[in-house]
Amino acid sequence: MRRLSWFNTVSLSLGFAFLYLPMIILITYSFNEGKLVTVWSGFSTKWYGELFRNEAFLNAAWVTLKVAVMSSSIATVLGTMAAYVMVRAGRFPGRTLFSGMIYAPLVMPEVITGLSLLLLFIAIGLDRGVLTIVLAHTTFSMCFVSVVVSSRLVTFDQSLEEAALDLGCTGFEAFRLVTLPIIMPAVVSGWLLAFTLSLDDLVIASFTSGPSSTTLPIKIFSAVRLGVSPEINALSTIMIGLVTVGVIGASLTSKRSIAKRQKDEQEAIQ
Amino acid sequence: MSDTARAPVCVFAPWDDIQAKPLIQFQNVTKRWGDFTAIDDLSIDIYAQEFFALLGPSGCGKTTMMRMLAGFETPTEGKILIDGQNVAPIPPNKRAVNMMFQSYALFPHLSVADNIAFGLKRDKMPTDQITARIEEMLSLVQLNKFANRKPHQISGGQRQRVALARSLAKAPKLLLLDEPLGALDKKLRQDTQFELMDIQEKTGTTFVIVTHDQEEAMTVASRIAVMDHGKIIQVDTPAKIYEEPRSIYVADFIGDVNLIEGNVSRTTEGHATISWAEGQNELTGIARNDIIPGSVATLAVRPEKLNIYTSRPKDQSNVIKGKVLDIAYLGNMSTYVIETPTGQQIKAQVANTRRIQRRQITWEDKVWLSFTETAGVVLNQ
Repeated sequence: MRRLSWFNTVSLSLGFAFLYLPMIILITYSFNEGKLVTVWSGFSTKWYGELFRNEAFLNAAWVTLKVAVMSSSIATVLGTMAAYVMVRAGRFPGRTLFSGMIYAPLVMPEVITGLSLLLLFIAIGLDRGVLTIVLAHTTFSMCFVSVVVSSRLVTFDQSLEEAALDLGCTGFEAFRLVTLPIIMPAVVSGWLLAFTLSLDDLVIASFTSGPSSTTLPIKIFSAVRLGVSPEINALSTIMIGLVTVGVIGASLTSKRSIAKRQKDEQEAIQ
Repeated sequence: MSDTARAPVCVFAPWDDIQAKPLIQFQNVTKRWGDFTAIDDLSIDIYAQEFFALLGPSGCGKTTMMRMLAGFETPTEGKILIDGQNVAPIPPNKRAVNMMFQSYALFPHLSVADNIAFGLKRDKMPTDQITARIEEMLSLVQLNKFANRKPHQISGGQRQRVALARSLAKAPKLLLLDEPLGALDKKLRQDTQFELMDIQEKTGTTFVIVTHDQEEAMTVASRIAVMDHGKIIQVDTPAKIYEEPRSIYVADFIGDVNLIEGNVSRTTEGHATISWAEGQNELTGIARNDIIPGSVATLAVRPEKLNIYTSRPKDQSNVIKGKVLDIAYLGNMSTYVIETPTGQQIKAQVANTRRIQRRQITWEDKVWLSFTETAGVVLNQ
């Protein structure tokens, strides 16, 4: 191990402080006894208890979760299909236009996406609720899935599919039995990306949500406008905890699978 | 070659039998992509149980031919018949043809056994039969111990054998092999060539192999089609391709060859004689009857057919005189490069049969080369 020079130590501390000081303060005050968010008055976990008794928050969390699971699943199916066509179908009339339009939502300002969806839902007389949020989230997260999956498909050895056809598969069977299992990691990361995007979206959800379908980000945002409560600190701490566990878990799993693969390959050579 | 192939009673040569029905027929097949013609009005018959090699440089159309047989490409013009049936409307998954891919294309998410079972499961074969067939295929390629490994857990040579087992599992009428040994190192490649021939004989499947390696084609094939620019230049047994090439292209593509250009001075039954340089004897080789006296022709003769002498040989007709320019010692043989007084270089190869070679021939020595009248072939330009 090399010792860091004082310059490196200072740079590192500053960087980390910049990134994590806000969260540390938030986590600390979530364990505050008192109602005031900025004055420390002793350790307590009562706000967590308070949070779990708050119907409105729990409802919002449940709606958010439902929306995220549904929209990311639909987006994954559609995005994978789009990516497959873009990579595999070769040249067809309108290909450039089609690919441009798939990726347009990546750069489209969220306010515009939200507003146009709102106008559409009003025009076709669709009542705003969970369904409209799901549709809206699917629309904007599909392109992210498509980007992730198509970058995997580009490096996919096409002779694998040909081999499947050669061995008696129909086109769809070849996709289901060979292509899909192999690109699965990319599809899963696409799904996770869509899921997270849906979880923390505020702008599009606020355009497309109805009175009975408030998502957590909207709930937090409106609650904070009335003043920050320690309950929200507690909620945020739980979310940070979940994300941390998720990230660490994912990196450990991938590290282990890489190590296993290397070991296998080593054995194969011998 | 097996003993049966050597026995005179049953020489395997269906292509000489007028009665024999070919398994595969290409009838005036042309394949174009835009302006590029990959296959140019090509017709050929391939017979059941043949080990047929398509040999040629990259871009000669050999892979396109194979992909048309597998069903991944369709001919622009002409017909391909398998067992007398036009295969154009049959998709790849309905053809009794299997292919072994150059990259092996093993499914990385499936074990060796599941890779082999893949095609059988598509055919809805009962489970117990599948298990038996996997066992059989694994024994055929000697990989029983590796049934549960994933493709990345075995070596390159083993992967090649799994790919072979997988493509043979459905007992296809025809197996296509696309540069099957390209990824193996030289030693392993030679062993595998013999193994391939063995398996081909055991299963009785018709093999069509695509390769750019002429040594590989010579070793494994019953017949070789030498291709160039979408056309077949010559189809023959390896021996005939080597000994009796019909064109300079084929002579030059397969093995080492001396090409001596000259004027045809006379032709006799099956032979032609050319005069080729001032102060040198005329040379005679076998010729087809398209060689006309007075025309320009090329004598093609293999280096190993030449003998080298330190004094002019008396009773030989084909004699070339020159001096030693270079000697390359290759272990099992030595190659001498001889320069004639007119500046042409001719190679002669001599087997090093004795361990301690008496080095009686060395650089700048005056030597004579000679060969028999049946050693060389006189070819049209």
